Amino acid sequence: MPLLELRDVRARYGPIRALHGVSLTVDEGEVVALLGANGAGKTTTLRSVSNMVRTSGEITFGGRRIVRRSPEFVARLGVAHVPEGRGLFPELTVWENLRMGARGRADAAETERVVGYFPWIERRRDQEAATLSGGEQQMLALARALVSKPRLLMLDEPSLGLAPTIVRELFGIVRRLNEEQGLTVLVVEQNATIALSLAKRAYVLEVGKVAVEGTSDELERHEAVRKSYLGY
Amino acid sequence: MQQVVSGLAQGAIFASLALALVLIYRATDVLNFAQGEMATFTTYVAWALMDNGLSYWPAFAITLVVAFVGGAAVERVLIRPVEHRPEIVIVIITIGLLIALNGLTGWIWGPEVKAFDSPFPLRTIEIGGVTISLQDLGVLAVCLITVALLWAFFRFTTLGLVMRAVANSQDSSRLMGVRVGWMLALGWGLAAVLGAVAGMMAAPALTLDPNLMLVVLIYAFAAAVLGGIDSPVGAVVGGLVLGVVINLLGTYVDFVGGELRLPAALTVLLIVLLVRPQGLFGHRVVRRV
Repeated sequence: MPLLELRDVRARYGPIRALHGVSLTVDEGEVVALLGANGAGKTTTLRSVSNMVRTSGEITFGGRRIVRRSPEFVARLGVAHVPEGRGLFPELTVWENLRMGARGRADAAETERVVGYFPWIERRRDQEAATLSGGEQQMLALARALVSKPRLLMLDEPSLGLAPTIVRELFGIVRRLNEEQGLTVLVVEQNATIALSLAKRAYVLEVGKVAVEGTSDELERHEAVRKSYLGY
Repeated sequence: MQQVVSGLAQGAIFASLALALVLIYRATDVLNFAQGEMATFTTYVAWALMDNGLSYWPAFAITLVVAFVGGAAVERVLIRPVEHRPEIVIVIITIGLLIALNGLTGWIWGPEVKAFDSPFPLRTIEIGGVTISLQDLGVLAVCLITVALLWAFFRFTTLGLVMRAVANSQDSSRLMGVRVGWMLALGWGLAAVLGAVAGMMAAPALTLDPNLMLVVLIYAFAAAVLGGIDSPVGAVVGGLVLGVVINLLGTYVDFVGGELRLPAALTVLLIVLLVRPQGLFGHRVVRRV
């Protein structure tokens, strides 16, 4: 049984329909990428899992139905959602942001282990999150999600607005976490090249529907996907 | 110097109520116009308890509990159903609550003025040639201790951290599993506690009637704006500064006297809004296009 399963999920913002029946699965220990152009419904798909948007259809996580529940309910089941714009608390310090993630779950050892992947955090712990650079903010958002010991990590466009070296570092950390800890990841990306290098499988969304799906190798060989999203 | 100390005592009352306003403003972006009436109502509760034979401090403590529960209940029952509506809807509800509570207070306890005991002796003491009333000193101490306890709660407890996070971003808090609704209710409860402290400290000097806090609320608004409406530190500093300035103006500037203190406070409000709208400690709102 997959860890996360969406079946015929539809979502709308007021009168505007954003998803027209999306079906996908994520297995335990897997990295899955969600690709597509602007407005294809990638972000909305993550938001429907987190109940941040009015959704119909069937979504199960760990065998439990999670449609029309609350964002806090889904979070408490172990879904860590790093949203578009990173969702940090700008006026809280770096360390306070981490404590918000660890609240009631991770022990000190767990936090230490996570911080091991981001050594700079220890040095900047009392700095307000708003004063960090974009790359550091994305790293902190990732670290905060990790200290909650998530069963599923959902990343929304982690590469957006970041320099290529930072993006490589970020994806390197996610890859290590997947290989070393078996972390399950659903990542939304416009940068298909880097997403496919990380993910084992991917879905391509077009106007609110899954247009193509397959393993990363298959998608890299897929004529239309290559032209539209990989650019060669 | 005497005037400075009694100004500080008065300012501490403004500061408490201003801090209550700021707490709710930060969490929900709404100014609670009923904050003063909630304080008046709870002060009457304290009066009723003492009228029934309780001594001051037990009545004080029970009143704080009543205020906390009442404040949280107001959020759950009146604010929650409209929390996703435009802010003006919530503002109008708080104005309605102001009028309703004012009427309710008068209906239960009558419009006549009541004497409210002070827990502090009416004596004065001399420190370094300055005569200071123990009443002023007591008021100042109670208000500042309350503010300090609240500060410690927000700074050092996990619950306080979660409440600050909610004030930063409700959406992000939900994604971290926070039950935001209950945190907002808790914020309203704490604000009501601050208001109750302000009311009980103000009542002995002003005498207790249903309009006790109406004027204090205006001073508190001025204090909050002076300090920066989104800054808790600003509210406290703004309250203290305003108290001292108003007192000195009233005493040493002949034409201000007792009558023009309120207009003087409103002038402060106006000048701040014109010259430095973000206040002394507030954040400037930056719009990125």
